[in-house]
Amino acid sequence: MSRILPYLLGGISVGGQYALIAIGYTMVYGILRLINFAHGDIFTAAGFFMVYATASLPLYLSIPLVILLTIFMGVLVERAAYKPLRSAPRMSVMISAIGVSYLLQNVMWYITGGLAKRYPVIPWISDSVTVLGYTTKRVTIITPFLTVILVIALVILIKKTKIGMAMRAASRDFETAQLMGIKIDNVISFTFVVGSALAAVGSMLYFSNYATVTPVVGAMPGLKAFVAAVFGGIGSIPGAVLGGFIIGISETLIKGAGLTTFSDAVTFALLIIILVVKPTGLFGEKPTQKV
Amino acid sequence: MKTNRIPQSFKIAGAFLLLLAVVLMLDNVPGISVMLLIVLRKGAIYALVAVSMNLLNGFTGLFSLGQAGFMLLGAYTYAILTIPVGNQALVYQRYPNGGIGFSVTESLGRVLGQQPGLLLGVIICLILGGIVAGLFAYLIGLPVLRLKSDYLAIATLGFAEIIRAVVQYEKLGPITNGSNLLSNFTNFSNFHLGSLKLDTVMPFVFAGVCIWVITLIINSTYGRAFKAIRDDEVAAEAMGINLANHKRMSFIISSFFAGISGAMLAMYQASVQATIFKAAMTYEILLIVVLGGIGSISGSIIAAFLFVGSSEWWLRFLDNTTVLPNFNAKLLLAIIFAAVVVGVVSLVAYKQNKAQKGRSAAVGRGRKLLALKPSGVITIVVGALVLLGDLLFLISPDLQLPLLRSGFRMVVFSVVVMMVVLFFSRGLMGDKELPDLFRTRHKRL
Repeated sequence: MSRILPYLLGGISVGGQYALIAIGYTMVYGILRLINFAHGDIFTAAGFFMVYATASLPLYLSIPLVILLTIFMGVLVERAAYKPLRSAPRMSVMISAIGVSYLLQNVMWYITGGLAKRYPVIPWISDSVTVLGYTTKRVTIITPFLTVILVIALVILIKKTKIGMAMRAASRDFETAQLMGIKIDNVISFTFVVGSALAAVGSMLYFSNYATVTPVVGAMPGLKAFVAAVFGGIGSIPGAVLGGFIIGISETLIKGAGLTTFSDAVTFALLIIILVVKPTGLFGEKPTQKV
Repeated sequence: MKTNRIPQSFKIAGAFLLLLAVVLMLDNVPGISVMLLIVLRKGAIYALVAVSMNLLNGFTGLFSLGQAGFMLLGAYTYAILTIPVGNQALVYQRYPNGGIGFSVTESLGRVLGQQPGLLLGVIICLILGGIVAGLFAYLIGLPVLRLKSDYLAIATLGFAEIIRAVVQYEKLGPITNGSNLLSNFTNFSNFHLGSLKLDTVMPFVFAGVCIWVITLIINSTYGRAFKAIRDDEVAAEAMGINLANHKRMSFIISSFFAGISGAMLAMYQASVQATIFKAAMTYEILLIVVLGGIGSISGSIIAAFLFVGSSEWWLRFLDNTTVLPNFNAKLLLAIIFAAVVVGVVSLVAYKQNKAQKGRSAAVGRGRKLLALKPSGVITIVVGALVLLGDLLFLISPDLQLPLLRSGFRMVVFSVVVMMVVLFFSRGLMGDKELPDLFRTRHKRL
């Protein structure tokens, strides 16, 4: 047990970060039926915003600024690349998402010169603490709690507020929701706001653990978070969170077993198993059959 | 109406032979630009893989993102089979007794004589590379092909990642060399006809034959079944097409040719390593297919050469910092740039204004000087900002061109790709083929 514990703790922490990214995927997919391939790159961009913001601003200003910039970027991507294709076939929108991801990666490469940037040390959360005889950064301990708090807040937002109701309606039936007077563009933009904000928080937690940011670093966590979203049942927020934790823990356990080469492969193997056995995921709703 | 003209296929074959002759000539002209040859070689290989992806995505409507994984399988199969025995100890340095202990090309070369043996060996190994990729496609297809659109995409992407991880696995090292380079195998530069070099002609011949086979498949009953599935699955099934069978067939054929093109890529690079076959590679191939037009073979081929050409050659200057010789050159450049920007912006504004005015007249709204959609307004604002930047560049004392530095090429390139995706979603050719453009209307009847 004591040998597994560090990996378990690490896994829960990584899982929490995946969960925060996965929510962005699952909410967008719930409404637009689109895999937002650019989400992983928005997550990376949040990391770079933090690097550049802390270079000239104090921490208490740069954190909100980074979240705002990331939100702006998420909404910009939606407005520029997805909105014009709202009535286009799904394949075109997905290609557009891949194109945006390609563009963002290239722009980040251009701006940074392709070099890894040191992520700033956020004082309190980067301190070392000792839990059950195992020393780790405080961020490892905080992440799962922060994730759960944010998710509870999000669930309340979706269940209790007007915009939340509009989101639920839009994800149930896009066209009918429009006919009921819901301004669908606003709802979609709001979805991107929430998703990007959570990705920004996730990136702060993630990069505090890894210390450097490179332009392509977000691609893998992005894909894994998507796998987490599918695993938990796409469209379901508790599902995405549970999926994130499961993926995170299984990945670190595999790494702990000395099979680092396979840590990515196992994630995708899990995805394929769940897609074949239960395509709707753990908590996914059955899609309504349309004739 | 029956005509006694030359059949189309003969014309295409003739054009292809002519092309081969030109390429052979280019290959052997002393002092020819190396860039041109690189673009031709790599372009031919990318053309094949783009066409193979188009067969699946454009003609069968299966959105798969596993192409890089199948290319990897083909490349590794080819490389492992053709490393000469004498070189195996060198290549598998980290794994004593690594390698398979024989080399197909070398053995055949000994039996049939150097060049014919090598050629036969390469052809056999290319096909074997394709077969291995196809075999894996069959296995992967069993669970995955039941999935629809984006789930299929993400599952095939996942499989490509799994394949990449497995190949790099330490325990497979004696065969795959782990995460190290495989090299020293038979490649295009091993071939020559008398004193003629065949480096560039070989990829053209191989890619040409493969693409020809793919067109034959597309124009066969199977191809028509694929298109029927793409257009409407339910209707296709009602017409008696076995969906599962045909989808699997399309997936295997596409992967087979992706495997061959992977093997050719290995030959072109003269070395191969698993790390290059990432998801990013699949995305690039997908973007080529989109640029050329989903459902157009000639579109994919043209786009592949354009893609390789611009990323390897024509846009290279964007990656280098450039200092202009004097102020006059700077002035000229700034003016040309400003003229282009003004031209593009005013064209957009003019077109939108015309369209919007027509609409507002129809609904009886008041007349405006300039009626624009939000996108038009944004275009004008962006254009104005760019002009401002141009002016700033002009009045600054610096003679160095701004923005141009390492990485700018890819930014420009991806912006162009996004423009095509957003505004010209039909791509270069739509779903037309090159011969369609030369055909006159009445002949179709």
